[in-house]
Amino acid sequence: MTLIRLDQVHKHFTNVQALQDLTLTLNPGEVLGLFGHNGAGKTTTMKLILGLEKPSQGSVDVLGQSPWRRQFSEQRHQIGFLPESVSFYPQLTGREVLHYFARLKKIDTRQADELLERIGLAHAINRKIKTYSKGMRQRLGLAQALLSQPKLLLLDEPTVGLDPIATQEFYGMVDDLRDQGCGVILCSHVLPGVEKHINRAAILGQGRLRALGSLAELRTQANLPMTIRVSSTLARPALQQQLADLDVSSEGMRPINGHTLEWQSAPGNKMQILRSLAQQPELDDIDIQEPSLESLYRHFVEQSTEVSL
Amino acid sequence: MSPIFHIAHKELKDGFRNRWILAITLIFALLSVGISWFGAAGAGVIGFTSLPNTIVSLASLAVFLIPLIALFLAYDAIVGEDEDGTLLLLLTYPLSKGQLLLGKLLGHGTMMGLSTLLGFGASAVTIMIFADGINAMEVIRAFGGFMLSATLLGLVFLAFAYAISAWVSEKSKAAGGALLFWFTFVLIFDLALLGTLVATEGRFHPEVFPFLLLLNPTDVFRLINLVGFEGSGQGVLAMAQDLSFGHGVLYSALIAWLLLPMGIAYGLFLKRPL
Repeated sequence: MTLIRLDQVHKHFTNVQALQDLTLTLNPGEVLGLFGHNGAGKTTTMKLILGLEKPSQGSVDVLGQSPWRRQFSEQRHQIGFLPESVSFYPQLTGREVLHYFARLKKIDTRQADELLERIGLAHAINRKIKTYSKGMRQRLGLAQALLSQPKLLLLDEPTVGLDPIATQEFYGMVDDLRDQGCGVILCSHVLPGVEKHINRAAILGQGRLRALGSLAELRTQANLPMTIRVSSTLARPALQQQLADLDVSSEGMRPINGHTLEWQSAPGNKMQILRSLAQQPELDDIDIQEPSLESLYRHFVEQSTEVSL
Repeated sequence: MSPIFHIAHKELKDGFRNRWILAITLIFALLSVGISWFGAAGAGVIGFTSLPNTIVSLASLAVFLIPLIALFLAYDAIVGEDEDGTLLLLLTYPLSKGQLLLGKLLGHGTMMGLSTLLGFGASAVTIMIFADGINAMEVIRAFGGFMLSATLLGLVFLAFAYAISAWVSEKSKAAGGALLFWFTFVLIFDLALLGTLVATEGRFHPEVFPFLLLLNPTDVFRLINLVGFEGSGQGVLAMAQDLSFGHGVLYSALIAWLLLPMGIAYGLFLKRPL
């Protein structure tokens, strides 16, 4: 069963066209990354899925229902949402906050206590939220979102302000949830580190969907060059000469230092290049970088602005 | 259990935690005991005078304090949650905006009711114990009516506070708006009425004038606590002397004054952008 189905959705506010013609689906056990600048339509998309806004045109279908309808209330038990920078109730303790949200979702408060332990907040449950670090608040936010063992999880900028270790732990938890069959939408503008944890990426720009697909699909679509870097025991001129003899499309080589060269090559002939290079005994390192999510993102967003100009 | 009760429970717990309930109760208790026993000091008498005198004095105190307390208890009910980011989150929970609003009203209303009961109840108890020749049943009846109308007045101003809170986009604006409402209903309205009356030398539709009092919930509250006690109305209330609004009319007016701003608050909340 498809968890989310957006079909040709338009949303305009009084004088802003927030979303145009957005078509998107999310399946169980899938993590969809939703990327875009501020004002690209990420938040509006989230609000449409959560039923906080009604689409101006098109249909929004979440867990088989229109989320902005009154009857959707029952479905809300199965949705977890982590808003961006929520400060909760600073004067309450972590346990009190989670118990409050558990009661509102009709969940046993003992389950909330177990969750606090699992999320690594057991040591701080009786401390007031105002003493919590950003990472602890984010954990509490995630615990809140996980209260009802949701089928659908929406995370808005979940790793902003987290240190690298906390970020890794956070994504680890997201991976576990996905493996349990939960569908996740991860909304972010922090791109490094997200790649490994998403199945598909949706790139939004100026209210339109600019690209949608797995990272491999996006790479094929963008056709961006990969970066190859080799270092050798040979001195640079000799190395350059040797590489020029090979068929590794080595135009535009740049020296990095005395023994290292870098160049860009069209995607698609990665294996062929690797094979040729691997046969050169003088090379001691080969590094091939495929375009990162960041460069793909930049590509799709810039491409769209060129078109609209 | 309905989410209304969970929200009310949280508000009530917050009220105990931040000592609001304690503070309000103490203020009510000190002032009401003081008024009951030393209210007639200006006339050279110390000690309890009479039940009607006491209730009327208490009413003129409550009419200032209760609206102010209610407004400041609830002015940030919606805009505060919005600023903390919890409003957005709560609305993704299985609960409606109406339930959120009613939960707040139930919670804050219980706080107001509890403080009124304990605070003003304290002076009722001292009167029953220490005053000579007073029938306990009479005290209970007089104070019961007073406390009921005082709580209703509190609810009315809580509803005003929600309407303000649902309307504005910043907490500080809500505080300003609350203060403005307090000035309007507690001070300016009566002054304007009196001013018109004096300027027209009482010729301005004398038969309509008393009904204008129903347009201000604080005046309705004072009328409730005057009815039944012989002619002690002062200021604008003197106009309503001849007119016998029954308790039924007056309580209905207060309830209408609760429903109207609650409806407005709900309407504004529905339209509020998130």
